[in-house]
Amino acid sequence: MAAAVELEGVNVTFGDFVAVRQANLTIEPGEFFSFLGPSGCGKTTLLRTISGFIEPTHGNVRIGGQDMKGIGPNRRPTALIFQNLALFPMMSVAENIGYGLRVRGVPRHERDEKVKNLLIQVALTEHGHKRVAELSGGQKQRVAIARALAVEPKVLLLDEPLSALDLKLRQHMRTELRAIQKKVGITFIYITHDQGEALTMSDRIAVMNAGVIEQVGDGRAVYAEPRTPFVAAFVGENNQIRGRITQVADGFATLETPLGLLKGRNPVGLGAGEEALLFVRPEALRLGHDGQANGSGFEAETLDVAYEGSVTHVTLRVRTGQKITATLGAGSALPAPGEMLCLGFAPQDGLLLKRPERA
Amino acid sequence: MSGIGGLTLTIGLPLVAALVLVALSAYERRAGAATGPGFFQRNGLAIGLYLVVAVGFWAFFIILLPQLAMVDMSFRPKLPPAQMGGPKDLYTLENYRYFLFGSTTSTAEWNWIHIKAFFLTIGVSVVITAFNFVICYPLAFHMAQSATLARLRMLLLLLIIPYWVNEILRAFAFRVLLSSGGIINQLLMGSGITSEPFDFLAADIGLYMGLSYAYLLMMIFPLYNAIESLDKNQIEAARDLGAPWWHIHAFIVMPHSKPGIASGCTLVFMLTAGALAAPLVLGGPRTLWFTPIVYDRFYQAFNWPQGAAYALILLVTCIVFVLVVLKAFRLSLGEITR
Amino acid sequence: MTVSPFQRILFALYIAIFFIYLLGPLAVMGASAFNTPEYPQVWPFEGFTLDWFGKLFADQDMMYGLKMSLWIGLLVVCISVPIGLAGAIVMTQITPRARSLYYLVVVSPVLTPGIIIGISTVVFWRQFTGQTGTRFLYDGVILTVFGQASFISAYCMLIILARLQRFDRAQEEAALDLGASYPQVFFHILLPFLKPALFSAAVLAFLSSFENYNTTTFSILAEKTLTTVLAGRMRQGTTPAISALAVIIVAVTVLGAIVYEILKRRADAAAVQRQRAAQAAEEEELAGMPSPAPA
Repeated sequence: MAAAVELEGVNVTFGDFVAVRQANLTIEPGEFFSFLGPSGCGKTTLLRTISGFIEPTHGNVRIGGQDMKGIGPNRRPTALIFQNLALFPMMSVAENIGYGLRVRGVPRHERDEKVKNLLIQVALTEHGHKRVAELSGGQKQRVAIARALAVEPKVLLLDEPLSALDLKLRQHMRTELRAIQKKVGITFIYITHDQGEALTMSDRIAVMNAGVIEQVGDGRAVYAEPRTPFVAAFVGENNQIRGRITQVADGFATLETPLGLLKGRNPVGLGAGEEALLFVRPEALRLGHDGQANGSGFEAETLDVAYEGSVTHVTLRVRTGQKITATLGAGSALPAPGEMLCLGFAPQDGLLLKRPERA
Repeated sequence: MSGIGGLTLTIGLPLVAALVLVALSAYERRAGAATGPGFFQRNGLAIGLYLVVAVGFWAFFIILLPQLAMVDMSFRPKLPPAQMGGPKDLYTLENYRYFLFGSTTSTAEWNWIHIKAFFLTIGVSVVITAFNFVICYPLAFHMAQSATLARLRMLLLLLIIPYWVNEILRAFAFRVLLSSGGIINQLLMGSGITSEPFDFLAADIGLYMGLSYAYLLMMIFPLYNAIESLDKNQIEAARDLGAPWWHIHAFIVMPHSKPGIASGCTLVFMLTAGALAAPLVLGGPRTLWFTPIVYDRFYQAFNWPQGAAYALILLVTCIVFVLVVLKAFRLSLGEITR
Repeated sequence: MTVSPFQRILFALYIAIFFIYLLGPLAVMGASAFNTPEYPQVWPFEGFTLDWFGKLFADQDMMYGLKMSLWIGLLVVCISVPIGLAGAIVMTQITPRARSLYYLVVVSPVLTPGIIIGISTVVFWRQFTGQTGTRFLYDGVILTVFGQASFISAYCMLIILARLQRFDRAQEEAALDLGASYPQVFFHILLPFLKPALFSAAVLAFLSSFENYNTTTFSILAEKTLTTVLAGRMRQGTTPAISALAVIIVAVTVLGAIVYEILKRRADAAAVQRQRAAQAAEEEELAGMPSPAPA
């Protein structure tokens, strides 16, 4: 079976501005795939390139194994759910859902039948005659999904459709979207800047920054095994410390920093003398009063203690003035503001990555 | 624009313009100023053609070419149809010379009647524009900022009623009002202010009142729209800070609504200076107004080139006025034609 | 807002004077339509009559002019609204540099005195039809429609443009994405969205055409419209039949305004109804959900 979507050296430029640079990616059939990145990272451009609103400047887009060059958005086997949903206000809910079938010339009775089934599927049976303006946020969301599914696309593209919703509803819709995807079994490509959404829903995630796909992997991989400093910093909270590699051994390396020598994993194979960044998750930091034997520890002054019940966030300041965050589990002894502490972490919780030149 | 040359221009100009547009858009696309799908790709062929044909016909055959034809004609001599395009059909400034100096056989040094009529028209139009602004501004402000919704709807309705009564009837209303047996003269005589009916029309008072009246609404609606978009809190804030009322108007309301002010002023000026109905209905035999003179060039003197020249003089004056207003208010054309 | 009673009275007085100035002349003229004397006058009121209305309807020229005005108005609507629509769409698509020039060209008729538009229309079409052997186009009605269309199309364009600028491009893209062709997007999505503006533009176009005199008086050639007949009548002298005509026009305007107001209130009420329904649905939806975990 051919891949659902293949991107091959896709570049999109607007004048001098490079929106997407060298995107290479294969998305499998039936996959829930997310593009995660800050606004302006090019993820929406990439989505619009897949749906056909933008032609790539270079490279190819293939859907179901077929090259999409010169094929307009109205002839691609994709359906897009817009950020603002773009429901048609002058049509009823049923007309909205049936619109794709209407323009395909599907006969009326067949169309009505299908719309009825879709209304059942998204639990809007009673609302078919209503205007879009009469619906709640969640109902509108479901109309948009039903409208897109009506045309039986091979790939459903979703452009941050949940961002306008109330927080409570947003969390509920995550589960619902995932359930719908499981049920219809087609490929979902989801765009978001919200890592929570990406992590909870996706089979795989592509993290994007400044037009470049930095890393592709499942949720655990991008969180626990980031391969670039951007991914490490963007997905989840992370502390970073700059330094230079002094010593390399068995997948670990030692970093010389203003805070002393610190040891961490070296998955990308940095060599001695290279500039690097050390990442340590707040939950991996241990607070104590005595120095660590293996050298991966440093002193810090407690600035602020924010108790949240299940966890407590502690903000500390190290000798260089840099701020460090530590997250303590329930039941930990809490420091007092102003207290000097020693922070330590196990070498396997420290992650060394190459420092980007511009940083 | 006679003969083959004229026809080439008529057909060539739209073509040249279309080519320039295509070239320009290609250039901007390459420079990155424009993105997204091309014109026909975006609209589809059928709709794209409709857009091009409709806009092309409008811009060229309804707007540009007629104006050019008029400009062209104004530089040509008056000739019988048989000689048009012939050896005598040469460009000349005769029609403009006539405006300044009158007939070659006349003894007077300048064509005083036309020149005076012209400057009187411009001067009076400016005064009427200013007058209309002064009387409309307070009402527009009241409607936009302090009237209740019910009251606003009422006021708008009252304003709209006279709006669609055409100019001739509006002028006629003043004729009824001001005639020697009209109600104003009845009142004046009844109260003993005068013993004889006052001839408002011969004194041109009727004309000026009628002109001001005719375009009053062209002032109030742009003003209202502009002032309405001003945030009420700004005025409240200024008042809290102790600004006197004239200060609020001069430094907050007016600067904010200057597109509306400019729009109302240009419209009223243009309509007043170009008014034909009011002078026709309210003017006396000795009334000086420029538009009836233009009209007479065509239908009394049957001298179309001269009429075209006179029309062009009026048009240029209006353009200059618009430009001066735009400059004075530091606005672009787009801001005043909303 | 603190306003002294004196200021309040002064302002009320100003409003009163303003509306007396605005409506008084029309009222006086209207009253003269019901007074018996040959010359339109209100005072002394010599006797109530409806004869002048009869005389108005018996006036062949006037009725012919009215017929032509209605006909021309209709043609102007049929030409100006599509042109205005095309003009507005092109305005939103044209490249920025070309836009300002284009804007200047198509909006210029709004700021050009009507007589100049009339003159230039006649001058151009006389030559053009002469040179191309299409003399049949050199006709008062056609020329008047073209002349009026120049600025009325610009009005229409400005009205339609105002609404078009609020159009969500995503609507168009959504339809395309669902498989609609470009013409289908135009007819299913864009036109229904613009419908209110197209309607306003049509009404404005018709009324502007109907009341136009300055352009028409030149471009009408040998034909007649209501306004040119009226202008001719004025030259011959005045009769209360003209006042009667004004009364009818005012009455029709008031009627139209009232109908419009009723329709608008009805539409507003429906919109409020919908909003309430949406709000209720929203509350119901959120009530059935567990509280979110802290983010």
